[in-house]
Amino acid sequence: MQLEPTNATLADAAPAPSAARRWPRLRGGGPLAGLVLVCLLGAVLNENFASLDNAMNVLTRTAFIGVIAVGMCFVIISGGIVLSVGSMAALIAGAIILLMNAAAAAGWPPLAAIVAGMACAIALGAVFGLIHGLLISKGRIEPFIVTLGTLGIFRAYLTYFSNGGAITLDGTLASAYGPVYYGSWLGVPVPVWVFIAVALLGGLILNRTAYGRYVQAIGSNEQVARYAAVDVNRVKVLTYMLLGICVGIATVLYVPRLGSASPTTGLLWELEAIAAVIVGGTALKGGAGSITGTVIGAVLLSVISNILNLTSIISVYLNAAVQGFVIIAVAFFQRGRK
Amino acid sequence: MKPITQLLAASAAALALLTAAPAALAQNKPNIGVSIPAATHGWTGGVVYWANRTKGELEKQYPGLTVTIKTAGSAAEQANQIQDLQTANKIDTLVILPFESAPLTQPVAQIKAKGVYVTVVDRGLTDPSAQDAYVAGDNPGFGKVSGEYLAKALGGKGNVVVLRGIPTVIDNQRVDAFMAVMKSHPDIKVLDAKHGNWNRDDAFKVMQDYLTRFKQIDAVWASDDDMAVGVQKAIEQAKRSDVKLVLGGAGSKDYIKKVMDGDKAVTADVTYSPSMIADAMKLTAAARVKGEKLPPSTIIPSVLVTKDNAKQYYFPDSPF
Repeated sequence: MQLEPTNATLADAAPAPSAARRWPRLRGGGPLAGLVLVCLLGAVLNENFASLDNAMNVLTRTAFIGVIAVGMCFVIISGGIVLSVGSMAALIAGAIILLMNAAAAAGWPPLAAIVAGMACAIALGAVFGLIHGLLISKGRIEPFIVTLGTLGIFRAYLTYFSNGGAITLDGTLASAYGPVYYGSWLGVPVPVWVFIAVALLGGLILNRTAYGRYVQAIGSNEQVARYAAVDVNRVKVLTYMLLGICVGIATVLYVPRLGSASPTTGLLWELEAIAAVIVGGTALKGGAGSITGTVIGAVLLSVISNILNLTSIISVYLNAAVQGFVIIAVAFFQRGRK
Repeated sequence: MKPITQLLAASAAALALLTAAPAALAQNKPNIGVSIPAATHGWTGGVVYWANRTKGELEKQYPGLTVTIKTAGSAAEQANQIQDLQTANKIDTLVILPFESAPLTQPVAQIKAKGVYVTVVDRGLTDPSAQDAYVAGDNPGFGKVSGEYLAKALGGKGNVVVLRGIPTVIDNQRVDAFMAVMKSHPDIKVLDAKHGNWNRDDAFKVMQDYLTRFKQIDAVWASDDDMAVGVQKAIEQAKRSDVKLVLGGAGSKDYIKKVMDGDKAVTADVTYSPSMIADAMKLTAAARVKGEKLPPSTIIPSVLVTKDNAKQYYFPDSPF
């Protein structure tokens, strides 16, 4: 009795490639239409919107949230959630700035200090992800509660390290590290390249590897995945680590922008990342989702705030409302497509 | 006869002692509770720093005086905290920087009804009878001083963009006063005013979009030193040379330092210092030790900081 629906669900969600591949394409349609529409509107409202410079500004800004959203997409597909990505990014940023300053003060050349800082950011992200994963899988605590806890813990530690002020990167390091955010290659800013690479890699892992299929299977029905001999705990821990690494990468890109971390760094990034994933057509209850949709969702959200800044037709007090309306509208059409 | 006189004398002495005792207590050893928001951003970080620093100074200056400092993460937490200060720490004086005015009015009124002397700092309560004294920064003055300096620096002519804080009464008062000054300079055009939420990252994005949208910007009123950081990064990235002035505000050590060192774009700053908590604590302590009252309202003016006077506003040890 139990095994029959089991096999059917598993086959539906995971190994049958035809079904699995048709879904993302359908899901990508809604947000893409929304993005095109919003962009057309932007071009009509302000002539500068469609300029290459503005497009690059928006994509570069999206890079942090976008990279985090790719990781978040895996977690949500697996049926989990992480609320603490913003405060994790803030704590990692503060920690690596302190580390790089200390390394430079100890006489390391700037480049070595920066490379050490970057490696440390990614390692810290992985460790924080590992802690989340272990508490959730082995400790069997709800992901919502675990990450609600770390949301406060990470930010409190950053506030403690900074005395409530800002942790600032030393002058020579800041200018040496600057190109990671401000530099570009072939006319495209570095953070955009990183975003593209992370998204492509994420899509590849989700759709073309056994691990990616396990993630979808667990989110679709954890019990069934367990019966199908999937090492659920291991896959879950890996998923939270993957998101942690994404947060680490995002922080590596973020630090050179302002060269500082303060208790307001990364505020509400978790909601932006989750919104990008959901607007992109991934179900909050897990099971299936798409990286393409997530990328489009992330870009859509930052394009909206860009257009609001470029025009003054709407009261500034209503900025957040506009984004809210778009999120609900896109989610509504998403629902129609299922 | 004799016993009666003795009794009379004794009771007179007792009476004198009774009436003198509270006065003596108030004169010598006030027990002061200080309740402030936790250090969640630069400015409140400064408040915590100044409160702790002043506690040390006051306890040294007035032996026997005690100061208890509590920080709160929310209005509800702060309400519980001042109750604890009154019941557990037995404070007779409260200096409070309320998280929000409305939700704390009732809790503070209750503490005052129990005989605690209350000084409210920066954010006035909705019912002024719940406080004995009010010490605050000057928000309209902040906008006015900023506007006047900016107009003078521009020679009364040019394009200005404004970054606003978090939508609050404080922000409205500042911006309204600034705009009033701009009105008297018809050749200055305020292109737009959008919220950067007193946040570096938000200010960076808003400024990037201003730079995309407006081809000629002569000055930026960032209205806050944290926002000025984001604004300057955005200008630097766009390699724009038309922006000649970036005016922050609040008097953070980094921006006072820039003014002191003669930075090209940052030629001035306007104070709205978190050290107002220190002023409030010192004024309250001095008055309570002498058993006097504070004036009902003390306004600490917002001052223009230029290269000439920057030194006296520079506190390198402060986190802000």
